[in-house]
Amino acid sequence: MTAAPAVPRPIAWRFATVLENRAETRRTRTLILDVPGWPGHQAGQHVDVRLTAEDGYRTERSYSIASAPESAGLALTIERLDDGEVSPYLVDELRMGDTLELRGPIGGYFVWSVRDGGPLFLAAGGSGIVPLMAMLRHRAAALAGASAAERRAVPARLLYSSRTWDEIIYRDELAALVAEDPTLEVHHTLTREVGSTWSGLRRRIDRSMLDEIAWSPRERPHVYVCGPTPMVEAVASTLVAAGHDAARVKTERFGPSG
Amino acid sequence: MTSTDGGASGVSRGFKGRRPAAGTAHRLPPGQYETRDFPVLSAGPTPEVRLERWSLRLSDPSGRSARWSWEEMRAMPREQITKDIHCVTKWSRFDTRWEGVAIDTLVARAAEQGVHTAPYVLATSYGGYTTNLPLADLVDGKAWIADTVDGRPLAPEHGGPARLLVPHLYFWKSAKWITELRFMDRDEAGFWEVNGYHMRGDPWREQRYTGDE
Repeated sequence: MTAAPAVPRPIAWRFATVLENRAETRRTRTLILDVPGWPGHQAGQHVDVRLTAEDGYRTERSYSIASAPESAGLALTIERLDDGEVSPYLVDELRMGDTLELRGPIGGYFVWSVRDGGPLFLAAGGSGIVPLMAMLRHRAAALAGASAAERRAVPARLLYSSRTWDEIIYRDELAALVAEDPTLEVHHTLTREVGSTWSGLRRRIDRSMLDEIAWSPRERPHVYVCGPTPMVEAVASTLVAAGHDAARVKTERFGPSG
Repeated sequence: MTSTDGGASGVSRGFKGRRPAAGTAHRLPPGQYETRDFPVLSAGPTPEVRLERWSLRLSDPSGRSARWSWEEMRAMPREQITKDIHCVTKWSRFDTRWEGVAIDTLVARAAEQGVHTAPYVLATSYGGYTTNLPLADLVDGKAWIADTVDGRPLAPEHGGPARLLVPHLYFWKSAKWITELRFMDRDEAGFWEVNGYHMRGDPWREQRYTGDE
């Protein structure tokens, strides 16, 4: 038998069923989906969602996967953009039992696995946390039952910039992950918090913050930056100026995904 | 609706959607939506490219190459281009105004120096980004080296000082921070093409990912 030339298979559209639509913050909700035939994914990948109206009109958007490859349902965390066409539908309208058409996983670059090793440095802005949360959830699942030495081989730090305390997505879950894992650090900075109880960082991510929290370039961390374009541009350029290898700084910029 | 397949007919329950304006609907490829913004998408940090060190090279399979400095490129005949652009992440931007040098012009100049084309091209950028295209998608008035958009110098995050402009293909083919076009006898996957994206990327055929049509 001779090997046939590899013909790439298209990424199939699938009908997912909504298992749950739960609130994360005032502007974000998470859809938990059952996707029959889902081939599995890597932390950091995304899906394309396709909506079809009664008259056949269709539109598509991309959303990062929030869940770890190890978990049962596929989770998408959606930020509601008030003037958007798709996100208000997903956030306000979809409910348990509804069907959602999607295909994926997509993207083979902005991905991380514990097999890639550490240290891992993650910088998130707003809903840019979503693909990075998939990495942290994957890390926690993959290291469940690992020895202290195995954990120390893949230490992780997250620097997460949000507008306010109430807009921190996955706030309680991040705290719980930190509580059970001495090799994980989570640092929050709040750019528009007016409350007086927050005693932590209160500015956009800058050089001194990165010098303090990101690993030193000598430790050759794997770096993932995700958020709005100005935040990603600033953080990635600052890291390179501080001596990090540009090839190890992977970025994902959020355009409008209304 | 009487289907019992839970909506597998494809209709999304309760989705109304927003139709593109009648005058522009025919300009929107499948799955795309119009934006007035100019979103940025790059896989890594924006490289810093100094004009005094900038150069553009065209090279052929035999190893011959032609190379131009920034001033030499700027002195070539320039064209003004107004085109719709389509990003694989779903946004389309209509009537984007560019200025630059046609690839046809560069190919003709290179030929004078004995550099000949080949059926495939690998576009290479400062910072290491690459993307592959058939030569046919770059010649006959279809592609440019663009250094100006909407009347202003191209900003670094949008690919400045200069980017490849191939508006009829998804915009990842329009390599930012361009520095070389390498003519090749065989097609060779570039950066995104290795990472699951389509070898050609025609938005009208929705060739987004490996395996699409």
